[in-house]
Amino acid sequence: MRASTVLIIPAYCETGRVGEVVRSARREVLAGNLCPIDIIVVDDGSPDATALEAKAAGARVVRHPFNLGYGSALHSGYSAAIRSGYERVLQMDADGQHDPTMLARLTEALDNGADIALGSRYLKGDAPDSSFARRIGTRMFSWIASRWLGTRISDPTSGFQGLSRNALESVVNDGFPEDYPDVDVLVQHHRRGLVVREIPVIMHERLGGLSMHRGARIAYYGYKMLMTLLLMPIRRATPLRSPDTVARVL
Amino acid sequence: MISIASCFEETWLADMAPLHERQQFVAIAGAIAIVLIVFELVRRRKLREEFSWVWIATAIGIVVLALNQNLLGTISGWIGAASSVSTLFFGAIVFLLALSVQFSVRLSRLTHRQRTLAQRLALLEEELADARKEKAEAERKMRASQKQSSDEVA
Repeated sequence: MRASTVLIIPAYCETGRVGEVVRSARREVLAGNLCPIDIIVVDDGSPDATALEAKAAGARVVRHPFNLGYGSALHSGYSAAIRSGYERVLQMDADGQHDPTMLARLTEALDNGADIALGSRYLKGDAPDSSFARRIGTRMFSWIASRWLGTRISDPTSGFQGLSRNALESVVNDGFPEDYPDVDVLVQHHRRGLVVREIPVIMHERLGGLSMHRGARIAYYGYKMLMTLLLMPIRRATPLRSPDTVARVL
Repeated sequence: MISIASCFEETWLADMAPLHERQQFVAIAGAIAIVLIVFELVRRRKLREEFSWVWIATAIGIVVLALNQNLLGTISGWIGAASSVSTLFFGAIVFLLALSVQFSVRLSRLTHRQRTLAQRLALLEEELADARKEKAEAERKMRASQKQSSDEVA
């Protein structure tokens, strides 16, 4: 029988890590700490054995024919969730940063009325070390997101999230960002009247692989996010439930 | 100081160096080369007709300006160019910029469509694999049930 909650794990070149992430999430369910979930790993065109490893660990695998970017991987996961009729979505990274024991906190927040449960590594203050540029960026976008949403958002770049069905339908549209879906998506949720709630979670150092926030990409991330936020007030909003060309079943 | 109105006066045109015959020749020869290359690319189906007209129109524009010195002088007056050659160069730069912007827009659209296609393909492949698995499972059960029935009859 299909569960009503699905865990989406976008992955790119995560051989040696993604299998353990899937298994540890399943262990949480078996231990009774987490409600029954299905797991979808979106392999973003990895040239390695990421997809095979995820499948062997028991996940459904949606495999992009080539690399499309983190945002597109998430969007494919959301679309798969919509197409399969799931009621809510959890999402976590495949690199081992996100602790599966925290998933229950996200589902609890969703049960208590949040549309978006945002796992924050900074609420309890024991975040793993990050680079100076990243700390500055996080501070800046945390400030911007908090101003936009009218509530403190300490970790706007967190990919450790839970989404209600309403939030899921809100994000699955053709305007979903292809590269870095962070503050702009949170602001979009807020503008649609969805409730965003931060939940303290534990995050670890990556088990390996490369971060998508590295080198010159950090500068591009800053530019892209500022540009998107600047244009947001005068940009035509993507209509809710617009005919998304990926999620729509023809 | 030069006023805007003076740009449109005849004195500006009078001071401007017209195109020499050699410059005219080079401009027209360049335009003809563009037309020939574009025709050949379209013939070989390496350039789509929808993109070719921009280049043909540009080549025609160059020929018209090279042959019509008065028109070139008037445009030079409008943009404040010191010589007719500068006007041609300026026109070329504006054309290339416009083309780059147009290509960027088209590229963005194509990238979005490519992403959508790739995502749909990925989802459909996964659903197809799932359906095949279910079908194989159903067939296996059916065979087992048929075998059991035939065993019972025997």
